[in-house]
Amino acid sequence: MTADQLSKPESTRRRVIGIFLGGGLLASFASFLYPVLRYLVPPAVPDLGGDEIVAAKLTELKPNSGKIFRFGNRPGLLIHTASGEYRAMSATCTHLSCTVQYRDDLRQVWCACHNGRYDLNGRNISGPPPRPLEGFEVQVRGDEIFVRRRREA
Amino acid sequence: MSSLRNVSNWLDERLEWDDLIAPLRKKTVPLHRLSYWYFLGGITLFLFVIQVLTGILLLLYYRPGANEAFESVQYIMTRVRFGWLIRSIHSWSANLMIFTAFAHMFSVLFLKAYRKPRELTWVSGVILLFLVMGFGFSGYLLPWNTLAFFATKVGTEITGQVPLIGKPLMIFLRGGEEVTGATLTRFFGFHVAVLPGIATLLIFLHLLLVQRLGMSIPQKLEVQWTANPSAKQEMKFFPNFLLRELMAWYAALAVLGALAAVFPWNLGVKADPFVSAPAGIKPEWYFLFMFQTLKLIPSKVWFIDGEVLGVLAFGLVGLLWLLLPFFESDQPSRPKRWITGLAVFALVYIVGMSVYGYLAN
Repeated sequence: MTADQLSKPESTRRRVIGIFLGGGLLASFASFLYPVLRYLVPPAVPDLGGDEIVAAKLTELKPNSGKIFRFGNRPGLLIHTASGEYRAMSATCTHLSCTVQYRDDLRQVWCACHNGRYDLNGRNISGPPPRPLEGFEVQVRGDEIFVRRRREA
Repeated sequence: MSSLRNVSNWLDERLEWDDLIAPLRKKTVPLHRLSYWYFLGGITLFLFVIQVLTGILLLLYYRPGANEAFESVQYIMTRVRFGWLIRSIHSWSANLMIFTAFAHMFSVLFLKAYRKPRELTWVSGVILLFLVMGFGFSGYLLPWNTLAFFATKVGTEITGQVPLIGKPLMIFLRGGEEVTGATLTRFFGFHVAVLPGIATLLIFLHLLLVQRLGMSIPQKLEVQWTANPSAKQEMKFFPNFLLRELMAWYAALAVLGALAAVFPWNLGVKADPFVSAPAGIKPEWYFLFMFQTLKLIPSKVWFIDGEVLGVLAFGLVGLLWLLLPFFESDQPSRPKRWITGLAVFALVYIVGMSVYGYLAN
């Protein structure tokens, strides 16, 4: 403590008390705010979809057509190509998350929101989409078409 | 500090807000041994603000509708982080607010603060008290649990007893003949839109009147201070009284937090219209005195149905209560004794009947 402070003990005491009181008040406000901030963040919704689902029956899709199916909490797109192959991919456009569709006249995947286009492998080929659509594995077992996420190699 | 002052000057140049807050600087609060009662209105206002804030937070997750309401409150209580705390604070604060509003009213009554020129302050305050009870009644149904379901059934049924307008009023409140999901939708609308809108306007009016007319002082002191102005003691509202009021709010918040954390509010069992009412079912404590009175009235009094008589009596008492200041004398030296007697009787009756209702089977 300097001589100057010793000569003014009252103001120093006042400052110390002020710091304690103000700090305590601020800390209590933080404790009011913290629960509110945590409350504002919604709890994560569990993805009940699992890894594999039945996207369609074998007889459901004609060649050169597509179908939106539910994969967990998000839509997926199953395509029966004109050549008879099945392809499946995420139906959420990588641009701004609209749901894409199969256009049989273009033979492409098309997003109506901003005219984004993908080829049948989900690669972005024209318009604003920045990335390809996530592709899924397709398996035909019996008369059902199974779709599953690709395992990371 | 200087930048803060700059902002303040900038605003003042445009809005001339110094003129706006000038009355607040001039405002004083009389100092006497009953000055503590002046805090109650402010605490009630603070709890109302808490209600608005926590209510908005609950709206982020609550879903009205017979199939979703209970589940969404359950979700708030169990899954959302601190959801139990927010809901418990909302419920506890509601109850404390009703309590402080009643206490505020009785303090005004006993200090005779409703006298000329403050009749309209009293009228707006009593309407606010009715609104607060309306908040309680409508909010109680929103979790859609068994107790709430039957409380609403009985409460709206009582409304239906009023001659002539009762039946249409009941159907209006219920959104149909029975208490259903339609009732829940309506009550939700009343609770989060209609009542808050009216209450906010009335609170502004109430505060404006308090500001305009200044604080009332007890009659004896008024006579003394008028005779001898040098005996007058007062405190500046800003900042002296305001800082004390803020401390009271802080203490109220501590009580609220402790109650909500130690006694979280129950959710109960989901309402089922085809299940019998549980034994010992009672309304919330602030309706108990009316509930108990209605229970005590015989089913027929002379040729009138007991229920109808009770409802009409409460309606009449409520109306007279609203108009009470207009029966008081203009002279502070000659107050009407019977009004003081009535105030004592009302307090004893409400407390007595509430306790009786709480203890009775």
